[in-house]
Amino acid sequence: MTTPPSLLSLTIHSAIHNLSRISDLSFLPDHVVLDLFLETLRAGKLNERVLKLFVATGKDEVLSLIEAFNIQQIVTPVLPTILKMSQLNIMDSEVDIVVGALHSDLTSFMNEWKPIFSQYHLIIVKDPELKEDLIIPDGFDLDVYSQQDIDRIVGASNSIKFSGYSCRYFGYLMSRKKYIISIDDDCVPAKDDKGLLVEFVAQHISNLSTPATPFFFNTLYDPFRKGADFVRGYPFSLRSGVACSLSCGLWLNLADYDAPTQALKPSLRNTRYVDAVLTIPAGAMLPVSGINIAFDREVVGPALCPALRLAGEGKFRWETMEDIWCGLCVKVTCDHLKLGVKSGLPYVWRNERGSAVESLKKEWEGVKLMEEVVPFFQTLRLPEAAVTAEACFLEIAKAVKEKLGRSNQMFARAADAMVEWVEIWKNAGSGPLPVDN
Amino acid sequence: MAEASVKPTPLLKDELDIVIPTIRNLDFLEMWRPFFEQYHLIIVQDGDPSKTIKVPEGFDYELYNRNDINRILGPKASCISFKDSACRCFGYMVSKKKYIFTIDDDCFVAKDPSNKDINALEQHIKNLLSPATPHFFNTLYDPYREGADFVRGYPFSLREGVSTAVSHGLWLNIPDYDAPTQLVKPRERNSRYVDAVLTIPKGTLFPMCGMNLAFNRELIGPAMYFGLMGDGQPIGRYDDMWAGWCVKVICDHLGWGVKTGLPYIWHSKASNPFVNLKKEYKGIFWQEDLIPFFQSVVLPKDCTTVQKCYVELSKLVKEKLGPIDPYFVKLSESMVTWIEAWDELNPGGPAQK
Repeated sequence: MTTPPSLLSLTIHSAIHNLSRISDLSFLPDHVVLDLFLETLRAGKLNERVLKLFVATGKDEVLSLIEAFNIQQIVTPVLPTILKMSQLNIMDSEVDIVVGALHSDLTSFMNEWKPIFSQYHLIIVKDPELKEDLIIPDGFDLDVYSQQDIDRIVGASNSIKFSGYSCRYFGYLMSRKKYIISIDDDCVPAKDDKGLLVEFVAQHISNLSTPATPFFFNTLYDPFRKGADFVRGYPFSLRSGVACSLSCGLWLNLADYDAPTQALKPSLRNTRYVDAVLTIPAGAMLPVSGINIAFDREVVGPALCPALRLAGEGKFRWETMEDIWCGLCVKVTCDHLKLGVKSGLPYVWRNERGSAVESLKKEWEGVKLMEEVVPFFQTLRLPEAAVTAEACFLEIAKAVKEKLGRSNQMFARAADAMVEWVEIWKNAGSGPLPVDN
Repeated sequence: MAEASVKPTPLLKDELDIVIPTIRNLDFLEMWRPFFEQYHLIIVQDGDPSKTIKVPEGFDYELYNRNDINRILGPKASCISFKDSACRCFGYMVSKKKYIFTIDDDCFVAKDPSNKDINALEQHIKNLLSPATPHFFNTLYDPYREGADFVRGYPFSLREGVSTAVSHGLWLNIPDYDAPTQLVKPRERNSRYVDAVLTIPKGTLFPMCGMNLAFNRELIGPAMYFGLMGDGQPIGRYDDMWAGWCVKVICDHLGWGVKTGLPYIWHSKASNPFVNLKKEYKGIFWQEDLIPFFQSVVLPKDCTTVQKCYVELSKLVKEKLGPIDPYFVKLSESMVTWIEAWDELNPGGPAQK
């Protein structure tokens, strides 16, 4: 049994966790201030405000340490503990916003998002099967990719098709940023339960840059949100959490229901704004919708892949399963690598589009598919030696081919696509962007 | 096309008991009167049995003090804690109803964002009467709630759900923090109303708080033992945690669900953090070992009833946790005593999987 932590170390740990709320340290005994300072440095939580706090204590040992480390008073904040919206430290230049364009006229879409998107770089990928030219309003910093680029960079691929909703993955491939936020082109900004515009990008970034807590459920949901914390009974050793690699947002109005559900309840609209972000526990599987997601491209990029294609896949979300498959692979990967997946805020408003009944007539296959697929993913275990997202992804592909591929050709094809994707990612997913002809 | 009208929630007034542990008084019941008056109360009086607890007029109740507990259980009364709200589990044992709702005497009616009083009991009943979904997470939370459903990608074969054994409610105002957190954030209040009920996935543990809790007694009652806490024990304020970990492991094994989220109550009293620290002290260190223990428990297939699961669990507690502290040996023995007492008082037979 390990030596239990001392009460002092627990208190210091708790204080580090709550540095943003502490306004005075002068009453603390010298050795505690020193320990706290050292822990603050170790945790990477020293910023200008915190430094001022320590300086204000006037304790000699701390002051001499500051001098010895040559810590300057005016410093760029380093990894603030709790990222409040107004204190976001992630530079805008670390974010790419990727949109798969299934509609040619993006004018109203882009204008609706302008207040939120205009400060970011956008990547728009045109569905290769879309005939008309894209219409995009001015005032954005963006790159647009189309069939020609896909052909040029990926070449002819047997297994990967970038048509329909899968076109956005080409955008993920082309990005060179740390964070990607991806949204369908039939969604617009939503308002929260107080009528305020949802800070869509900021919330996703906050989700990705604060720890996730997959090993034990916190009943007050995200403990790193302002006004919340870990509840009684939550083990202290699990309170630092793990890095979050995937942030799954939700939808008001037209929720991401399948065709049978929406057809049965045609007037069902999601009007409930649930003010929570929570970590999906390790080992729990979930349906990840591609409509509104964000992820850490550097860490899990290769694991997001358009591998599964339904025979009747179409241009409505009711007619696809590619994101669901993708999400199961990513969750297994994250669980294995001890990374977190969060779900909840931010919401987007999803516009009315299509007919569930029409889609239902076309597409049943996807609905049946899940029955086989879920037990497979729930019991899938990856070897210890897989320590990167690529390695995990290849292991999953192998298992898919061996176990699922036997009974259904579609899965065998998906496994091939996954393997090919890792190659494509290796070749085109990093390094300088391929120059335009 | 009109949506089907929402069916009213059944009252279940003859099928549900409200169990309240108290050491002071029951004035808080006045505020709950419109919601509780139709139900039978089981009051478990902790502390000095010679003190009279005044119950407000008009409530139908039975009250048990320490003398009653000793009289009814005889030597087995040793498993019921003294000077700790853990004694409430005696109320679960003597109840004859299918459902239990338990609430602390410093919890009041909360208001929802539209400023309407929240009928916590009604929401718990809704939670318990609708299925749970522990095998696959629904991103729109409880799919059985009005205005929600299963999302795309959710397997159809899992949409019937499983029986809900536990409904864990939350708290506005004073949140359920441990002593170290209380000391660092004495003024933090929970003002965020999260309009969701969700099933805690299978295989995931959680910290179950006994302040605002309801459960299907016929299903999981025997596992709701709140342990040995308080007077004469090295630990306090871990009664509900202990029960919650045992309950979750058994629910996962027997295929039942545990929900958390709504309803909210208003928690009015912040207990003294320094007193709490003394009580929780050992618990804070021990939970580092308890969590891995519960996470690794595998119950054998032939444990098909809650009692069998619980007795098996007590053996594992003795074997694996005994080495940490003799307290766990004592606890494992009182877990067995509890089951024996439960079976004596409830000879009907256990619920099968």
